[in-house]
Amino acid sequence: MFSCSKKNEEISPDSIYNVNTEWEQQDGKKISFSDLKGKVLVTAMIFTSCKTACPRLTAEMRTISQKVGKVNPDDIQYLLISIDPENDTPEVMKAYLATNRFNEKEWTFIRGSEEEVRELANIMAVKYKQISPMEFSHSNIITVYSKKGILAFQKEGLDEDNETIVNEIKKQLQF
Amino acid sequence: MGSMRVYVVIMFLIMFSTVSCSGHSEVSEMKPKTQNQLKFVFSSKDMVKIEGGTYEAFIGKDSGRIIQVKSFYLDETPVTNAEYLQFLKANPQWTKSKVLRLYADSTYLKYWKSDYEIPNNLSPEAPVTNISWFAAEAYARSVGKRLPTIDEWEYAGLADQNSKNASHKPGFTDFILKSYQKKDKNRQPVKQGQPNYYGVYDMYGMVWEWTYDFNSVMMSGESRKDNTTNETLFCAGAAVTSSDLRNYAAFVRYALRGSLKANYCLNNLGFRCAKNVNN
Repeated sequence: MFSCSKKNEEISPDSIYNVNTEWEQQDGKKISFSDLKGKVLVTAMIFTSCKTACPRLTAEMRTISQKVGKVNPDDIQYLLISIDPENDTPEVMKAYLATNRFNEKEWTFIRGSEEEVRELANIMAVKYKQISPMEFSHSNIITVYSKKGILAFQKEGLDEDNETIVNEIKKQLQF
Repeated sequence: MGSMRVYVVIMFLIMFSTVSCSGHSEVSEMKPKTQNQLKFVFSSKDMVKIEGGTYEAFIGKDSGRIIQVKSFYLDETPVTNAEYLQFLKANPQWTKSKVLRLYADSTYLKYWKSDYEIPNNLSPEAPVTNISWFAAEAYARSVGKRLPTIDEWEYAGLADQNSKNASHKPGFTDFILKSYQKKDKNRQPVKQGQPNYYGVYDMYGMVWEWTYDFNSVMMSGESRKDNTTNETLFCAGAAVTSSDLRNYAAFVRYALRGSLKANYCLNNLGFRCAKNVNN
């Protein structure tokens, strides 16, 4: 009953929960953004065969999660989104999470079709371009969404200053 | 007794299912809204076939690279206010009072007085503007089309009135740059000028146009902390020879694409649709 009343809240017009496409997770199961309702979302768009920026982006996600510290897994979701759905199969995504020792309760890796990824990138204001079958260039953006799915903060670029984003996540967790 | 037990179980299931999530109708209202579930709209708009080929990309990382473009169909003109109104009537979730903020900023159809009212001072035949990328995408899908890619748009845009590729004619570059300086062209009806080689109108100077993959243009500062992209872009912009002026005209388009976000609605940004040849 309790979980129901939480789900019944009206979705705000600017919430990411309005995105009604289905995404495939590392375990092969389907997920929609509205399934993540009530959690603070921390997202990055990457691809696993990337040798340059993505490992740093992933490392930064890890640092951020470490600084945020242990929280109730019902309150937070770290979400990696593949911009290379062709090569990032559920097996590859699962292995990537395992290699990085990301606990699958708080960490999810998803992929969708090329069109769905393009749309989502646009919602998240992420730029990307396929350079070759195995190479993409893309903006290095980490986005924080509130528990209502509203964009709360975006961190652009790879630099060491992640205090602001960590504080923002902590703030959002309190709502 | 067996049937009694079954009866009890069934009763229990019915009660449980009704109680467990109070009111199913309520639940369905709270589901994500169907912004992108579209009703088909019939469009009689003329499209012209653009024969495939190659072109030399002028900007950024692709600079100098030969790009292959497959044959495709392109709308003869940008989508007009009147055409967009038809789309809104069939898909009211895209009217200005109903559109979700996630998919269009507050300037969406800014000058429309109400959901179905084209402003008096705008020609119904003028290109629709103040529409987001999401809106342009939805429109295209509703008429069974899609948005052209940057490469397709640039490729079709190489043509002047007499040739497929006029990019090396100084007069053509002049024409493009002059078109970019004209004001208020976006309020005029489409198709007033001369078509290009393919029969496509209003590629230049009327409105800027959304492309499917506009978000593949990366400029540093705003969208990407990578100075190499920026340098190649600005090198093209700062030079003075005729081929660099040509680059400058393209640079203006790429710079705009690089600065856009998909929910932006600008009063000089419209779109036209494309379609694959084989469907």
